[in-house]
Amino acid sequence: MSELLLTPEHRYAKVINERRNEDGSELSILNLGPTHPATHGIFQNILLMDGERILDAEPTIGYIHRAFEKIAENRPFYQITPLTDRMNYCSSPINNMAWWMTVEKLLNIEVPKRAQYLRVIVMELARIADHIICNSILGVDTGAYTGFLYVFQFREKIYEIYEEICGARLTTNMGRIGGFEREWSEEAFRKLNVFLEEFPPVWKEFENLFERNRIFIDRTVNVGPITAEKAMQYGFTGPNLRAAGIDYDVRVAQPYSSYEDFDFIVPVGKSGDTYDRFCVRNAEVWESLSIIRQALEKLPEGPYHADVPDYYLPPKEDVYNNMESLIYHFKIVMGEVPVPVAEIYHPVEGGNGELGFYLITDGSRTPYRLHFRRPCFIYYQAYPEMIKGALLSDAIVILSSLNVIAGELDA
Amino acid sequence: MLDSTFFIEKGIIILVVFAVTMLFAMYSTWAERKVAAFLQDRVGPNRAGFGGLLQPLADGLKLFSKEEFFPNTPNRFLFIVGPAIAMSTALMTSAVLPWGDKLVIFGKEVILQATDIDVALLYVFGVISVGVYGIMIGGWASNNKFSLMGAVRASSQMISYEVAMGLSIIALLMMTGTLSLKEISMQQSEWRWNVLYQPVSFLIFLICAFAETNRTPFDLAECESELIGGYHTEYSSMKMGFYLFAEYANMFISSAILAILFFGGYNYPGMQWMTENVGVNAANVLGIIALLIKICCFIFFYMWVRWTIPRFRYDQLMNLGWRILIPLAIINIMITGVCILAFK
Repeated sequence: MSELLLTPEHRYAKVINERRNEDGSELSILNLGPTHPATHGIFQNILLMDGERILDAEPTIGYIHRAFEKIAENRPFYQITPLTDRMNYCSSPINNMAWWMTVEKLLNIEVPKRAQYLRVIVMELARIADHIICNSILGVDTGAYTGFLYVFQFREKIYEIYEEICGARLTTNMGRIGGFEREWSEEAFRKLNVFLEEFPPVWKEFENLFERNRIFIDRTVNVGPITAEKAMQYGFTGPNLRAAGIDYDVRVAQPYSSYEDFDFIVPVGKSGDTYDRFCVRNAEVWESLSIIRQALEKLPEGPYHADVPDYYLPPKEDVYNNMESLIYHFKIVMGEVPVPVAEIYHPVEGGNGELGFYLITDGSRTPYRLHFRRPCFIYYQAYPEMIKGALLSDAIVILSSLNVIAGELDA
Repeated sequence: MLDSTFFIEKGIIILVVFAVTMLFAMYSTWAERKVAAFLQDRVGPNRAGFGGLLQPLADGLKLFSKEEFFPNTPNRFLFIVGPAIAMSTALMTSAVLPWGDKLVIFGKEVILQATDIDVALLYVFGVISVGVYGIMIGGWASNNKFSLMGAVRASSQMISYEVAMGLSIIALLMMTGTLSLKEISMQQSEWRWNVLYQPVSFLIFLICAFAETNRTPFDLAECESELIGGYHTEYSSMKMGFYLFAEYANMFISSAILAILFFGGYNYPGMQWMTENVGVNAANVLGIIALLIKICCFIFFYMWVRWTIPRFRYDQLMNLGWRILIPLAIINIMITGVCILAFK
């Protein structure tokens, strides 16, 4: 079989031949992906296997590469959010907000406190949604399906809140330069409060189901460990780095959107194995809930967007009835607003790690160059090394605990 | 003895047992989905018939009407034989199960068992062992690495757990002194259920039964997260249906064996009183119902476990089988032996 898949020049073919001549053992090639139920996306791994043990892995990426960075070079700033939506689609509001904040940094826009707090709320909701998916899918990959469907109802509740805020659910395209496109409705706050009331007991139940489950512990402890040093060398960030014991969190290291106003803990793990990653994400959900509560409590009154008519599209009724609004509308749409020549980088703590936008402008209406720092891309570099020597079952569990999202990996 | 009524009687019993097994296997699929839905806070199937009760029929109809896909395999014959073996062995075991003591119909005693052979337990073990060939052959003939891996996992798992299962039963046999399921049932009349005397043996047997039926947490052979569909990855249409159906039939059979060996079989408290005061027939019909209720409880337990806990990894499974269950079973045998010596 293996000969059929590989050309004789392939390095695995050589290894297989060597081992066959050496001790007569028969290594095999297993093609994990691109369409395998456990990869949760489209990426391929060619595994060199000795029975069930993985000797070497060769990842292939790019199956859903959509050239977002190039597309972004041809789009005005306010049209780039739909691209960010489609990167880590499990927590698209974080991506959206991160992009707006990058543009605001470029244009030196001061966002009102209320808008900043609202952003914090929606970003933490997105983080919860992201962690719900990652941890419950880890459960599915170890074989416990119920936890997944049980907590997934609450992702639906989070999506309903998104829907109230911006009208969309998965690819949210939320917000504008300088704030939000509209005030949050009463219904949004009501749904948010219901969520804050109903979700914690369910999440507690989910934790209880897994955290002390002997089979789950056996399956995850010491599976795919990565040392702090190695993780830093690869450029890990987010929960995966914190699980290895480094307390780096962009929200604390370089606070944005008023994160310095909130009181929260950065949970860290010890060994950087799958179990620690799971526990760190669990703990982060509790911290996110606490941040949302604090933000709701302290939520100031005021405008929901910055007063920047040069960049903030005026409401349609004003465009039809108001001269200035019509002019601004025209200027924004035709791309005749001034943009400074600059080179900036803005990181945020994404659902999955440090999500950064590296933006170079040349004064035109589109970015000269835009690079996304995508955490999944970085995690996936380490994946082949992490699964070397592991069993096939471990490889699946490690992949889902790293939370590699194909959309973000390929962008 | 070998007159026509004998054949008619046995024929009817075999038909009924066959039908009951099939019916239970069918409705286990429905129950599985309903139990899963209940545990996961969902509704479950509710479109086909009242409460989705016609769902198994709809599923069967769908599977029959699906395209029959053959992978590019040199073993086309084995590819077909695989599911057939799985299905037939799953149905064969029910032949020796005692459903009740006896019924008196028109003055004639009818024994409620297709056949009462004195090595019934060995027969059961033998048939279950053959069952692994269905999976092994199917996985091998699929000419697919994921199928082969599933098949290898399944066969090594079933072989190693059969050892522990057999050893756990030996302690029980030392107590009962017989291999006939009917006699084991009769010995447990009233409250003398074996589970009260042999709890360790029961636990080991229960765990092994999970492994033998390839159910979570031992469903490594078909774990969809790693092996796509395991040994039935390449199967489609009713051939796959047979594999799935065989699993449910096996679950029913192993529940029945658990009930018969450890939970008194058709016995229920007050059966003797019923026989003496109400009548043999009424007492035995109640006995059949009691057995079915016990079986249903076990089936529910299987499902409850499946939808609650994760699955083992391959090496952990082997560790559990060889390093924990087998020594435990041997210790249990020794303790049983000492007890029998001491109390006799």
